[in-house]
Order: sequence, then C-alpha cells, then structure tokens
Amino acid sequence: MIANYGYKDGSGEYYISIDTDKCIGCAAERACLTACPKQMFEIITDDYDDEVAWIKKPNCRTLSYDCADCKPSGGYTSLPCMTACTPGAIKHSW
Amino acid sequence: MITAGIDMGSRSIKVILLEELKVDGAPQLKYGVKKAHIMMPGDLDQDVAADKAYDEALASAGLKREDVKAVFATGAGRKQVSFAAEGITEMTAGAKGANFMYPQGRTVVDVGAEEGRGMKTDAEGRAVDFAGNEKCAAGAGSFAEAMSRALQMSLKEFGDASLKSDKTIPMNAQCTVFAESEVVSLIHSATPKNDIAKAVLDAVASRVCAMVRRVGIEGEVVLIGGMVHNAGFVQSLKTAMGVDQISLPDMPEYISALGCAMIAAERQH
Ligand code: SF4
Ligand code: SF4
Repeated sequence: MIANYGYKDGSGEYYISIDTDKCIGCAAERACLTACPKQMFEIITDDYDDEVAWIKKPNCRTLSYDCADCKPSGGYTSLPCMTACTPGAIKHSW
Repeated sequence: MITAGIDMGSRSIKVILLEELKVDGAPQLKYGVKKAHIMMPGDLDQDVAADKAYDEALASAGLKREDVKAVFATGAGRKQVSFAAEGITEMTAGAKGANFMYPQGRTVVDVGAEEGRGMKTDAEGRAVDFAGNEKCAAGAGSFAEAMSRALQMSLKEFGDASLKSDKTIPMNAQCTVFAESEVVSLIHSATPKNDIAKAVLDAVASRVCAMVRRVGIEGEVVLIGGMVHNAGFVQSLKTAMGVDQISLPDMPEYISALGCAMIAAERQH
C-alpha cells in the first residue's frame, strides 16, 4: 500500500509517502528509524498484520517545519531518510 | 454467523450487525445487514458511549452479546471500544465497505464530519493507496456545517441552495478560521446566500479533491460518509474531480462500520 502522510496548506503540499509493501521484511534493517534526525518514523502493525513504517501522528501535521533542516532553501541533493531506505519506500512530495 | 462493526466517529457512533449468509455463486448476497444503528454520544465518555451504542443495536435486533462471534472497531476513537477484538483503520474499513456496495469502484472518497480522505482500492476492496489531510478540517463536513449555521440554514438547505448558484467565488483561505472570516465578509457584502453556499462547498470539494488526486482518480468513484447526503457538495466534488458520475451508496455513513464487520467475519474463517 502507498500511504501518504501529511497535508496541503496555503504554502504548499507536504506529503511523505511510504510504499509499505517494501517495509515487509525490510531489506534495510529499518534504517529509517535511526536515519531521520527528527525520529519521525515508527514501525507499526498494520491492518493486515504486517510490520511497516509510518510517520508519527504529531509530525504528520508539521512536516514542512520538521524536514526544513534537511531541505535548505538553497536546495539539496539527498535526504537522510531516502538514502537510508535502500528499498526505495520513501518519497517526498516537495 | 453474526459479526459487529463499530465506527467510532468524532460526532456519532455507527454500529452494523452483519449476518453471513450462504448463497452459492452470488458473492453480493454473502452478507445481510441485520441492524444498522447510529448514536450521538453527546457528553458521554467514548468508552461508555461505545457500550451503550452497541447494547442499543443488539436490543433492537433482538440479539445478545453472546450471539455475536466477533466485534471489530474502526474510526478515530476505535481504541475506546474495550470489547472489540481488533481495531481497523478507517482506510481499510471504508475501502472494504465501498467495494462491497460497488465492486467496480476503485477510487473511494470518504468525507465525514471531521476528516476527509481519498483511497484507491483493488478488486478485493483492499486499500492500496490513501491520502488524508492531517492538518486541516476544511475538507470535511463540520466546516460546511459551521458555515451553513452562519447563514442560518441547515446543512441540507445549504446544499440545495448551492445547487441554485452558477457563480464561482474562489475562497482562498486554507484554514477554517480564515475561511470563516471570508464567509462573513461575503455576507456583509450582500452576496446572495446561494452563491456563498456554493463557494463554501466548492472550497470543501477542492480540498477533498487535492487528497484524492494524490492517490489518483481511477475507475468508478464512490463517495462514502455523511456528506453524501449533501447534493450541493456532491455536485461540487464532481466538478472538482472532473468526473461525470460518482456512485453514492444508501446509508453512506455506515459504510466503514459495514466494512469493519465484513473484515471481522472474514477473519473468523
Ligand atoms: S521505510 Fe524503508 S527503511 Fe523504513 S521499514 Fe520501510 S523499507 Fe525499511
Ligand atoms: S527529510 Fe529529514 S527530517 Fe524529514 S523525514 Fe527525511 S530524514 Fe526525517
């Protein structure tokens, strides 16, 4: 399942999507948990009893601020979360 | 076998008592709803309200707790249903229920009182892609209701009024508080009520549509949740999504409870 966490507000659309099928038997040893400096990722058991990553609830409302340090206004070439998640489950909409 | 699905919404609790039937070769007749019951919890604590709603549903169906094989809960307050064997997210429950009503439906839009979301489902009714808006309540029914109150109309009258307008007044505010002040200034500038109603419902629809576009619009579109009853909103949503038709189930506010009861039944096998 592609799970999109986040929101759209007056300043833009801020979603992190996680392809949870890739989290099942994660080939990166759950690297998202430690890679994110804001510790936004968490492993939960989903409705189909699979252990997958999601974004912690409070962060889902503040993504544009939480990720600001990783995304300087001058641009960026990589993000810690996406680099660590070698299965390629994580995408950012902005 | 009888199972129960309880949808603990922010405004109301919906209970479905579902009976599994054995009809060979007719999957759509696999289940029958024994009882659909809704309760407004008012000031009751959610756990007490869940008990009360469930007991009321059982009593009106002439059943006892021991007649029910499994109770599953969904909705924002699902963890408060202490007697539920499992909690299921609104995405999974809504997708399942919508797929049962419309097996060809692949895009499910759920707009309830406090939250809206878009989902893409597969042929089995599994949610394969979903998006909500965790920050903003302007893409949900309670915002439209608050605005209808400002115009001293019921939500139904508000929807009907919106259908009489052909004006497009963009509302720029993304936040309910600012949107409310935009509505107040429209009232002060003597904008006709019909046009204000349409502006508000267009704004709700556009926010809902943004979530649905994240998952992509594919196949038949099914709308579930209480906003199905608002004809003006349905029209605004069609326009925003650019689709000619949206399937509207009967008793749309019960679809997540229905899906929840179906999942409860499937997991007993
Ligand atoms: S997000 Fe990536 S690293 Fe984290 S559990 Fe899923 S696949 Fe593994
Ligand atoms: S961009 Fe940085 S803060 Fe945002 S989720 Fe990735 S690692 Fe965490």
